[in-house]
Amino acid sequence: MNPLILAARNLKRNGRRTLVTLLAIVLGTASILLLGGYARDISYGLQTIYVQRSGHLQLFKSGYPDFGMGNPSGYGIARSNTIIDLVREDAELGPMLAVATPMLHFGGIAASPGQTTSTTVAGHGVVATDQQRLLAWNGYDVPIPSAQHMLGEHGADTAVIGIGVARMLQMCDALELSQCPRPPATDDDASSATPGELTALATQFETLEGPADTTPQLDVLASSIGGAPNIARLSVVQAVRQGMKAFDDTYVAMHLAQAQKLIFGPGEPKVTTIVIQLSRTEQISAARERLQSLMSGPFRDANLEIRDVFELNPAYGQTISMVRALFAFVATMLVVIVLFTVSNTMTIAIMERTEEIGTLRAMGVQRKGIRWLFIAEGMLLGVVGWIAGVVLALAIAWGLESFGIPWSPPGMAIEIPVTARFWNEPLLILLTCVGMVLVSMISAWLPARRAAHMNIVNALRHV
Amino acid sequence: MTVVELSHVSKHYLLGVERVAAVSDITLRICARSFTVLSGPSGSGKSTLLNLIGCIDRPDDGYLRIGGETVQNWTDTELTAFRASHIGFIFQNFNLLPVLSAWENVEYPLLLAGTPAADRRRRVDEMLDAVGLSDKARHRPNQLSGGQCQRVAIARALIHQPDLILADEPTANLDSQTAMGIITLMRDLQRERDTSFVFSSHDPMLISQADELVQLRDGRIVPPDSNQASGAPR
Repeated sequence: MNPLILAARNLKRNGRRTLVTLLAIVLGTASILLLGGYARDISYGLQTIYVQRSGHLQLFKSGYPDFGMGNPSGYGIARSNTIIDLVREDAELGPMLAVATPMLHFGGIAASPGQTTSTTVAGHGVVATDQQRLLAWNGYDVPIPSAQHMLGEHGADTAVIGIGVARMLQMCDALELSQCPRPPATDDDASSATPGELTALATQFETLEGPADTTPQLDVLASSIGGAPNIARLSVVQAVRQGMKAFDDTYVAMHLAQAQKLIFGPGEPKVTTIVIQLSRTEQISAARERLQSLMSGPFRDANLEIRDVFELNPAYGQTISMVRALFAFVATMLVVIVLFTVSNTMTIAIMERTEEIGTLRAMGVQRKGIRWLFIAEGMLLGVVGWIAGVVLALAIAWGLESFGIPWSPPGMAIEIPVTARFWNEPLLILLTCVGMVLVSMISAWLPARRAAHMNIVNALRHV
Repeated sequence: MTVVELSHVSKHYLLGVERVAAVSDITLRICARSFTVLSGPSGSGKSTLLNLIGCIDRPDDGYLRIGGETVQNWTDTELTAFRASHIGFIFQNFNLLPVLSAWENVEYPLLLAGTPAADRRRRVDEMLDAVGLSDKARHRPNQLSGGQCQRVAIARALIHQPDLILADEPTANLDSQTAMGIITLMRDLQRERDTSFVFSSHDPMLISQADELVQLRDGRIVPPDSNQASGAPR
């Protein structure tokens, strides 16, 4: 008699109890898989948003991330195109590259002509075509709505801003933005109208620059080389919702040449950052290693340092740690529940089958034989429960995908559909299988051990 | 030839803080190929004695030799292996495994012995035929009558050809007609298979069939000269 067939028949003896025990394992398995898949999708979703915006690796002038954010002219990288060409042509780095592009980051103040409000912004001088390619990265096939960056379709004096910037500068109507709240009316509205002399100055500026058009305008004030203020008037062609709220409220992108003109004037144009986006995130360490060796060779004079996407965005690591800790806590709780449920079932089964255990022992079944009888039942419960749990999890995950329930991950300003694609995590599925079967067997082991050590005479007398 | 040999065997149980003698200073020899009945009133120690002979309990004192083996100092594993190959049990409540069919219940001791499948099939079919249950082979115990269950239990006890069959009150749960049929079957199989049966019972029908009768009272053997039972060696 195959021990598993015997175990199956014994489990069938009390179908309702077996069903309840199986239900605990099924729900435990499905919950762990869905939670694991959900945690995975949060992780990959966040990572995709960060990689789309800051690439996998960034090269800076040494000291820039700590001291140079407010001093782009002091920490600018000269002849960035030479470095980028070397990176693109490198035999090791080239095949890994998705995008290598220069950027000029600077801080400034933005205002909309005719409005009294202004806001501090993070200006980004970008190569528009590269920016579109950066945003197209989706290494994990995350269902994030693809962002279209329209800077490339417009001329030199144009800008793309975050929805938050548009909201604060009250440009929502002009940009025909839906889901962009209007400010409530305040008592200061009447008194805060633009003073006459400023309106006159603006009119004069418009006259100097040429005829007014209907495109919303944005004035960006920044500190140029040497500390003198400089201003650029840009036509806002698009407001794009950025992944992170912090980005959304400060994002102003313009053509790199325009930004360089604003910061460096007629001087040598530099960039603050060389953004490198790889085909796959797993290539970060190899690419970084190669870049390090290039920096001690051909790039030595440039005095650069490297930061990866995770170092640049510590919030990512914190969010993922929190999600993983929650997952580990819930998974542990579920495993404990399964453990107690199976153990309780086995204890009752052993009580009911005490006389049977005595009979088997009298007939010559060794203690280990009795132990295995019950452990096999636990194992069978674990295997069947796990299979049913996977099926249930697949059905729920499919339902989630179909309904596309939107949500905003922590710290993000965009909504993405809730997904739990655990099938892309074979290790999670394997661990859940091994875990559930082991937990079921361990749960059965302790009562089985007691059964194996029963006094045979007492067991035979049991009623 | 002796199949069971006990010398000054005692067994005590603790009842609360009191130590009660279940059997005291038992010295007994049971001949091979005999139909022996341990008889006596409730609490006389016949089941305890049967348990000791069956190696499912250990004596506190004395010497115990079963099937030519001195077993009292053996480990649990050794005793279990010994039971599997040398002893068959028949219980008052039949004690069949409810999830197994009659055929599978009879097969079980052969599985424990590692008998090859073809041999198992042949022997189980033959044994079920011997107890008259060939047509009930696929029935589960809950589909059989008490008498049929006890026949399956007898087949299970005999299938691995043990030296000794121990039966604890095998007819206690059966009506007299069925009990008589079971006693006759056991007697026939004992003679046919040349094995030894030891019963604990106070069933007069069974006692009347005994080759040897051992009377117990208060945990001691009653000397033959004061034996009131009608059973006599045949």
